[in-house]
Amino acid sequence: MTTTGLTGPADRGGASPEIPAPPRRREDYLNVQTSVRSWLLTVDHKRIAVLYLVLISVFFVLGGLYAMLIRLELATPAADLVEPETYNKFFTLHGVIMIFFFLVPSIPATLGNFLIPLMIGARDLAFPRINLLSWYLLLIGGVIALAALIGGGVDTGWTFYTPYSTVFSRQQVVLTIVGAFIAGFSSILTGLNFIVTVHSMRAPGMTWFRLPLFVWSLYATSIVQLLATPVLAIALALVAIERFFNLGIFNPDIGGDPVLFQHLFWFYSHPAVYIMILPGFGVISELVAAFCRKRIFGYSAVAMASLAIALVGFLVWGHHMFTSSQSAYAGLVFSFLSFLIAVPSAIKVFNWTATTWRASVSFRAPMLYAWGFMGLFTLGGLTGLFLSTLGIDIHVHDTYFIVAHFHYIMVGGAVMAYLGGLHYWWPKITGRMYTEWIARFCAFVIFIGFNLTFFPQFLLGYLGMPRRYASYPPEFQVLHVMSSAGASILGVGLFIPVVYLLWSLRYGERAGPNPWRAVGLEWMTPSPPPTENFSQTPVVTWEAYEYSSLTPEVKLGRPDAHDTHAPA
Amino acid sequence: MTARGFQLLPERASALAGRVDALYAYLWTVTAVFTLLIFLLVAYFGIKYRRRREDEPAPRPTAGSVRLELFWAMIPLVFGMSFFFWGARLYIAQYQPPDQTLDIHVIGKQWMWKAQHPSGVREINSLHVPLGRPVRLILASQDVIHSFYLPAFRTKMDAVPGRYTTMWFQPDRVGEYHIFCAEYCGTLHSGMRGALTVMEPEDYEAWLAGAPAGEPPAAAGWRLFQSLGCVTCHAAQAPSMAGLYMSEQTLADGSTVVADENYLRRSILDSTSQVVAGYQPIMPSYRGQVTEEQLAALIAYIVSLRDARAGEPSPPPPAGPDPGGLPPLRPPAPTGQREGGAR
Repeated sequence: MTTTGLTGPADRGGASPEIPAPPRRREDYLNVQTSVRSWLLTVDHKRIAVLYLVLISVFFVLGGLYAMLIRLELATPAADLVEPETYNKFFTLHGVIMIFFFLVPSIPATLGNFLIPLMIGARDLAFPRINLLSWYLLLIGGVIALAALIGGGVDTGWTFYTPYSTVFSRQQVVLTIVGAFIAGFSSILTGLNFIVTVHSMRAPGMTWFRLPLFVWSLYATSIVQLLATPVLAIALALVAIERFFNLGIFNPDIGGDPVLFQHLFWFYSHPAVYIMILPGFGVISELVAAFCRKRIFGYSAVAMASLAIALVGFLVWGHHMFTSSQSAYAGLVFSFLSFLIAVPSAIKVFNWTATTWRASVSFRAPMLYAWGFMGLFTLGGLTGLFLSTLGIDIHVHDTYFIVAHFHYIMVGGAVMAYLGGLHYWWPKITGRMYTEWIARFCAFVIFIGFNLTFFPQFLLGYLGMPRRYASYPPEFQVLHVMSSAGASILGVGLFIPVVYLLWSLRYGERAGPNPWRAVGLEWMTPSPPPTENFSQTPVVTWEAYEYSSLTPEVKLGRPDAHDTHAPA
Repeated sequence: MTARGFQLLPERASALAGRVDALYAYLWTVTAVFTLLIFLLVAYFGIKYRRRREDEPAPRPTAGSVRLELFWAMIPLVFGMSFFFWGARLYIAQYQPPDQTLDIHVIGKQWMWKAQHPSGVREINSLHVPLGRPVRLILASQDVIHSFYLPAFRTKMDAVPGRYTTMWFQPDRVGEYHIFCAEYCGTLHSGMRGALTVMEPEDYEAWLAGAPAGEPPAAAGWRLFQSLGCVTCHAAQAPSMAGLYMSEQTLADGSTVVADENYLRRSILDSTSQVVAGYQPIMPSYRGQVTEEQLAALIAYIVSLRDARAGEPSPPPPAGPDPGGLPPLRPPAPTGQREGGAR
């Protein structure tokens, strides 16, 4: 087995229990240079992915802290822990940080950045320097948002609805908006980089329909990032302009239209939901294939479903505005279109389920996260249909029902997928294995804690509990206490991985190139990969997830095994 | 509203609430069946096809099937369409008030709801309505966007500054119900709550009679109509107010518009934006000159003349629509009226 070069399919799985890889000092992307400067000025996509991982983890912890404070306040009906104004800042900062600085960059900027070049057999992304710039933009945006936080916070909700945000709020609205605006450009540039990379840098033989589904889903995501984010930038810029110059854009007293802002905002922010969940779909496809050791059933349907979701996602923004004074006809059209988007999402879930049929199913930790995702996303997606249903939405709009729904998608979906992906590719990123049993245990704790936190919120919402309330009538307390109790379990479940993943960096067992014995180009190079990814350009002659045509000997890594698909 | 035991559905105070709950039950049934189906399939396959040895041969791939894909694309489509049509039917019912509504003006402001009954009685953070009578709320906002939410009636509508929105409900149970502001509106958003009291019609009459009487909005509007000088022009160089409300007007560009509350509001504040054909755009704007309450009064005055013969000079309002009595018939509301008319 070569130490730095391409390890072909014939010897993938070098770390299988039978033939452990000898620990040898080898140059990889992590140890090639170790100075802080070498990290801050790196243009290696893998190092930038690690920079992102560190940055968004900080934001995740901060956003999670606000979530804890919110749940603590809501344990009692009165606003007794903090003042209502402080509470309003908590939920605003929780939303702003989690959405703009954690969820949007999460899977694309970390796993996507690390894996797209590896998966398509490229040396790097198409624009390595722009990639670094994207990270700095997120950093600068985040620092500005933190400055807004320190400078008094912001209380508009992450939605910045006008005219409250432009005329009435006396908090740090503009600073926060500038932060989100700059972070938006990070997202645009990342999307652009991925699109160009997938188009132009695929290895010989890596045709579009041989791409891993993760790449397909990130490609669809990138299209949304590129086309929708500028509209958010425009909307936020207009808010800032109206605040500064008192122009009548959204302020009705001087001729503006407050509902126009909602159209602009949701024209980005509904597609943004798909920026957050589509990459999750991609991760789940990889996990299901690897732990079923089987090609995803209906590969092209799953790939095309990603594109369909990305496109139809642009046509449904008005379903956030059924009670906004939008015309009834618009309400009917947006409701109808919203049901269409359920079709590609359901196709994915059905196909993952079908893949498990007659598979070789392993219950490793990443697979548990994938199953958690499937359960929570199914419930989250179906409750989304409640909200598309006009007669129901009029009642549950702006209540805890919608809070529960989008947390099932964003946390139960996107965060579960992110954690599953992080565990699955952790050996590739760090070269170390985490402790399996504790990772499995955590997947359970998160699943239980999550459901206990958010399921009661569906009931609360239908009972009429409005969102963004610092205090509430006492009859809602039982469900709120359940939710807060669940949040503490969820908090523990999310904290433990931080500990054991960090622990594994030093004490974890060394992972070989392919600890899962998965197929895919990223597993055919050492862990951690060398800076150049592959010592020679791989030539792909096999289809995606081609487990079946490789004999068990090949997967066990016997040196004499013959592989008909060896690269030329 | 007292604290009750554990419950899954809020109180129902209108027939529509029951219809919404029925659809909700259907949605949860479908959701439970499919979530359970996916869960059971995954659990069954996962256990049945679990990997027994790490080196077991890889399974044979399952050939894709376009027919199967199409079949399970149809499942969400068919159920989705059933949700859509059922939900749309309810929405249209929520959208179109019946005739003979009791019209109440409600103004949202940070952080209270102010209501004015046709007789002139005013309330803050409470609303009294008679049992069985359809009530139409004409919502306005003095500052930011609010949302008037009545969980017991399963309905809500945003109060948007700069325009009128309407919602309606028909109480069928006496009691006291929550009013919430559902759209985040600033610091004391969660304090912007009130109580809706549904009373027997005779109790409502008694309550109205006992409440401190205010000037009926139509009468206040007539006074404003004179003091602001509207009366000088309207009926001479400008159209008369008689019979104007809900009539179809042809504008200078040939388009037509129904003179609903939003049209009247726009004509007062942006007076030259939609001038009726045949008149000069000479009316000054009253933006900033009248408060939300005064605007509501002016419009109430114009509404009170809906049955006056068109063409007459703008007359005083017909003698006080009996405090608490049934206001006269309103013409059926045209579609599009809930959202606030043509823009």
